[in-house]
Amino acid sequence: MNRQPFWKIAAPLLVGVVFLALWEALVRIFGIRAFILPPPSAVAVSLWIDGPSLMGSLWVTLQVTLAALAAAAVFGGAIALLFSLSRIIELSFFPYAVILQVTPVVAIAPLIIIWVREPFPALLICAWIVAFFPIVSNTTVGLNSADRNLLALFRLYGASSSQTLSYLRLPTALPYFLAGLRISGGLALIGAVVAEFVAGTGGSETGLAFRILEAGYRLATARLFAALFLLSLTGIVIYLILDYISRRLLRRWHESADEEM
Amino acid sequence: MTIREGGIIDEITKSSPPIVELRGVGKRFAADVEALSGIDLSVARGEFVSLLGPSGCGKSTLLRIIAGLLAPSTGSCHLAIGGGTVITPTRTAIPTGRIGFVFQDPTLMPWSTVGGNVLLPFRIAGRVGPSHRDRVAAAVAAVGLAGFEQAYPHQLSGGMRMRVSIARALVTDPDLLLLDEPFAALDEITRLALNDDLLRLWERHRPTILFVTHSVFESVYLSTRIAVMTPRPGHIVADLRVDLPQPRERAVRTAPEYGAMCDTVSAMLAEAMGQSPLA
Repeated sequence: MNRQPFWKIAAPLLVGVVFLALWEALVRIFGIRAFILPPPSAVAVSLWIDGPSLMGSLWVTLQVTLAALAAAAVFGGAIALLFSLSRIIELSFFPYAVILQVTPVVAIAPLIIIWVREPFPALLICAWIVAFFPIVSNTTVGLNSADRNLLALFRLYGASSSQTLSYLRLPTALPYFLAGLRISGGLALIGAVVAEFVAGTGGSETGLAFRILEAGYRLATARLFAALFLLSLTGIVIYLILDYISRRLLRRWHESADEEM
Repeated sequence: MTIREGGIIDEITKSSPPIVELRGVGKRFAADVEALSGIDLSVARGEFVSLLGPSGCGKSTLLRIIAGLLAPSTGSCHLAIGGGTVITPTRTAIPTGRIGFVFQDPTLMPWSTVGGNVLLPFRIAGRVGPSHRDRVAAAVAAVGLAGFEQAYPHQLSGGMRMRVSIARALVTDPDLLLLDEPFAALDEITRLALNDDLLRLWERHRPTILFVTHSVFESVYLSTRIAVMTPRPGHIVADLRVDLPQPRERAVRTAPEYGAMCDTVSAMLAEAMGQSPLA
C-alpha cells in the first residue's frame, strides 16, 4: 500500500550491496594483498570459520556493555533525580560529572585497572563512565522541564512535592531519559571496547576488542574485519532494541513515537 | 412560589459577604515593573465578572493573586470559600478544590487520558473512589465529551482540549472559577460554541466566575459585570453592569442592546488605553 517502508529498507541495502561489490572488484582488479585489504568474500569466509570463537568473545564484551548500560540507567537516573531535588547538589556536583565525561576513558582506564584488579568490574566501571553522562544530563533537563502552568495547577490543588514528582516531573522526564538511554547504549559498547583495548585482558575470557588487537598483530586482517563487522552489528542491534523500547513506552502520547511520521 | 424563593435567594446573596474582596491590591515584580496598583474589587457569590483590558495590563497576575499562586505586594485579598474566609497575604492554604483554574493553554498532561486528566484534582487530594470516577464521567459529559474518557490529548482538537481543561476545573464543584483568556487561542467558530457551553455550565452549577479576556464582544455576551482595566500599572477604571436578558442565547448577539453595550464598553476601553503612555 505505502511505498515508504519498502524504500526505507531497500535503499540503504542497495547502497551496501553496491559498496561491497565495488570493494570486491577493486581488490581483485588491483591485486591488493589480503593482509592490507581483504575482499568482502574473504571476510565472509573468516566470519564463517572464526564465527563461533568470535561470538564467544562478543558475548564477553556484550556482558560488560549491558551491565554498564544497566548501571548507567539506574545510577544516571538516580543522580539526575538527586540533582532535580536539590539545586545546591546540582550546582555542586554537575561540573564534576562534566569533568568525568570530558576526560578520555583511555586516560583513566589504566588507573581503574590498577585499583580494581578483577577485570570484569574494572571494564564495567570504564564503560559506565562513558555511558552515564547522557542519561544524567538528559534526565536532569527532563525533570526540570515540567509545564509551568501544570506546576501552578498542582500548587493550587495543594499537591505535595512527592506527588508533583511522581505525577508530573517523572512522566515529563521519561522521553528525555529514553533519548539519553539510546545515546548511552552505543557509548556503553564503545566504552567496553576501549577499556578492553587498554586492559588487554588475557586468559580464556577475551573480549572482542582483544581479538581485534590480536588479529592486527598477526596480520589476520580478514578476521579483524569480521570482528569489526560483529561489533558494529551489535551496536546497531542495541540501538534498535532501545529505540523499540522507547517507542513502546511513548507510543500513546509522545510526538517522537508518532508512527505516522 | 418560585418568585418568593428567588426573592429569598437574592436576600441571602446580598447579606452574605462577597466571595472575593480585593482591597488596594498592587503587585510589583522588579523595582521598576509595576503590574498592578490599587485594585479594589468586590465579587458577589454567583456573579460572572469579566476582567477586560489590553494585553499586559496585569489581568493574569490579578487572577493568580486571587488563586493564591502569587502574593500581592500591597493590599489584601479576602476569599469567602469553603465555609470560611481566607486572607491571601497570610493564608497557608486554600481548601483544595474550592477554586478551579483554566489557563490560556489547555495545560493537560499528555501522558494521561482525558479521564486521567480530569481525575487529577482528586488524585492529588488522595481521594479516588467510585464516586469520584462518577464525578469525572459527569464533568466530562457536561463539557460534551462523553465517550472520550480514554482518548489522549494529542488525539483531540484544540477546542476539545480546552473542554477537558474546563471539565478538570469543574470536577471538584468549585465555589470560584478563574479563567485566564481560555478561548484566546481558538478559532472563531469553536470560540462561539465554547462561549455558549460556558454559559450553560454557569447557569447549571452557578459557580462565581472571574473571566479574563481582551475581547469586548466576549465579555459583554458572557458576563453580568465587566471590570475594565488600564495597562501598566493595571488598575480598574470602570465597573459596568451588563443588563442583558438571562439566559443569554445566540440571539442576544444581534440584539440592539447588545450592540449598544459593546459600544459603551469599547469606549471605556479606548479611554482606558488613552490614559496609558504605551497605547
